[in-house]
Amino acid sequence: MTTSRRRPWGSLTVGVTALAVALTGCAGGSGGSAGGGESKTITWLVDNTENTVTYAEQIAKDFNAANPNITVEVETRPQGGEGDNIVKTRLSTGDMADLFSYNSGSLFHQISPEQNLVPVTSEPYMANVSESFKPVVTAGKEVYGVPVGTGNAGAVLYNKKVYEKLGLSVPKTWSEFMANSRKIKDAGIAPIIQTYQTTWTSQLFVLGDFANVAAASPGFATDYTANKAKYATDSAAIKGFEHQEEAAKAGLFNEDFASATYAQGLEKLANGEGAQYPILSFALPEIKVTFPDKLNDIGLFPLPGEDASKNALTVWLPGGVYIPKSTKNLEEAKKFQAFIASKAGCDSQTKAVGANGPYLVKGCDLPADVPTAVKDMLPYFEDESRNSPALEYLSPVKGPALEQITVEVGSGIRSAKDAAALYDEDVKKQAKQLNLPGWN
Amino acid sequence: MTLKTAAPAPAAVARRAEHQARRRKGKSPYPYWFYLPAAVVYTALFLVPTFASFFFSFTRWTLTDFTFIGLDNFVQFFQEPALLKGLTNTFIYGAVTSTLKVVLGMLLAVLLTSRIIARGYLRSVIFFPVLLSSIGVGIVFTVLMDPSKGMINEALAAVGIEGPAWLVDPAWALLSVAMVDVWKGVGLATVIYIAGIVSIPQEYFEAAKMDGASSVKCFFNITLPLARPATATVIILSLIGGLRSFDLIWAMTKGGPGFTSDVIASVIFKQYQAGFYGLSTAGNVVLFLIVTAIILPLSMFLNRKEVEQ
Repeated sequence: MTTSRRRPWGSLTVGVTALAVALTGCAGGSGGSAGGGESKTITWLVDNTENTVTYAEQIAKDFNAANPNITVEVETRPQGGEGDNIVKTRLSTGDMADLFSYNSGSLFHQISPEQNLVPVTSEPYMANVSESFKPVVTAGKEVYGVPVGTGNAGAVLYNKKVYEKLGLSVPKTWSEFMANSRKIKDAGIAPIIQTYQTTWTSQLFVLGDFANVAAASPGFATDYTANKAKYATDSAAIKGFEHQEEAAKAGLFNEDFASATYAQGLEKLANGEGAQYPILSFALPEIKVTFPDKLNDIGLFPLPGEDASKNALTVWLPGGVYIPKSTKNLEEAKKFQAFIASKAGCDSQTKAVGANGPYLVKGCDLPADVPTAVKDMLPYFEDESRNSPALEYLSPVKGPALEQITVEVGSGIRSAKDAAALYDEDVKKQAKQLNLPGWN
Repeated sequence: MTLKTAAPAPAAVARRAEHQARRRKGKSPYPYWFYLPAAVVYTALFLVPTFASFFFSFTRWTLTDFTFIGLDNFVQFFQEPALLKGLTNTFIYGAVTSTLKVVLGMLLAVLLTSRIIARGYLRSVIFFPVLLSSIGVGIVFTVLMDPSKGMINEALAAVGIEGPAWLVDPAWALLSVAMVDVWKGVGLATVIYIAGIVSIPQEYFEAAKMDGASSVKCFFNITLPLARPATATVIILSLIGGLRSFDLIWAMTKGGPGFTSDVIASVIFKQYQAGFYGLSTAGNVVLFLIVTAIILPLSMFLNRKEVEQ
């Protein structure tokens, strides 16, 4: 009896000892490699989309081949608001990886770059970085990051087979777009795909329309940052909300728009169940992975505005790779940044996931066999008058609730006018948090 | 307890009590430093954070530095467009879940204290959902409640009913989550009621039967009034749970579609996610005050009734 009663304590002791050994063993291991001096391991935090992880692993591998004594360990984090939260928390607790990928533009300003990041303005490898990228990773007078990934567009991805079958041509104005959509509906296909279960996808009518806003009122971004222009009162800016409302009222969305997810939206587009999907061109690599044989059925056109002659594309710049001040491996981290901002870095991304848009590193050419939608996109990138960066790259003011507001517009819960006014209220909080002049 | 002792207290009794208290104090078997570890833990984990959060709710805070801005956060918080919706939803959610838990919990407890077969098994089955993780339950029900492909609507379609779009219909979203919350939480209410009913002396029922009372009469005149302490516990627990509910709502709708199923806690969480740390702390202070303002009087009311009885 006594022995059997003692046994659980025995096993507990064994368990505790094992745990302790595991813990100390773990700590000892990492201490050893850091103190060794010969080979070092640095960490790189990226988001967890399949596309990002695939190219990140490839870059890490190719970098290690070029620098055998530095190993890069790729860590992942969730996307969206949850990811923002993790990045902000890890930065402010000094617990960040040696390098991390994060958005450029307005989200970049929210992580207090001057306080948290190592400036790299005068590093020699910054000469490779495209001049159009530098402003979106600049805070004060310093530049903080190098671009990873490619330029993208917020536009309409459409199924070319459906367009061919119905004899439609690419619309240049909003009314042509609506006319096309009605014809597609009559043919029994969902004209516009919306996927509100993945809330961020609902914002494209507004965010992707910005090139049209910029064409109609060129000073909007500056006035917006200075609290002088508002979505609700600017006749060009409110168009995005109004278009979404109009399309919803005309019943042009897929029937299950409220419960469909982003992945289901891509499936509908690839299979021709739906014809047009206003979305970011980040979707292309995902289509490539899931429906490789359908990739070249997909084309791209900008969200159309009122004026055919001003038809322009809204462009998303790639995110940056930054070094936090808390890193203990600054030299190695800079070496890795230099590798990403070089032709070798672009090549290993193309090798891993293909080219999904233009790179913002000098000397990086695209291969000849890019997907059709990327080909559709390139002419707009090459001519500066035919594109505009999205508002989030021109102004640090971006409200957190836009995706909920646009879900309400698309679901018929809130009118366009109301929604625009509500969004203007929403951005106030961000502007105040950033202490922007003109808002307090 | 305090009410009982204080009510009949003439001056003499009070003086004696004071004496005793002083004597006990003087003869405390533990030296003061014995309390130190507990005090340190309590201060570090409860007092400091509480006061820090009161302080930071008056600042614009980026986790690393802060600017004192007075009551601005509270002004901003009450101007929050989603807040009014969130407040109403919080009260609806709290009221619906706690009412249903009281009614269903009572009925199930009556059923499970009667002589039925497999009583022990049924008792544990009703309690199992309480043990599950809210997030897991949320994800499972999101799949089950899918308007076109979900199992619930497919089952309804099989008998010719067209089910609502549960989580994506603005009119249904909050109620759908509330129903799942009831499914998950009713087991605890039932267990509390079972304990309450079992403790009612059997003689009352026997006497009532002698007098020819029906089982309905027995329920309304014996079980219901004598299970009052259990009712008080269930109401308070489920109302507190309902008012600060967050996990299930976040797992199932994230406050959507749009803002239609937002509650105060999800509004606050979204502000925290957006990096408005001062503002969301102010929101938590407000939530704390609201919950206190509702629960404190309610618990005093329910407990007074208990003492009188």
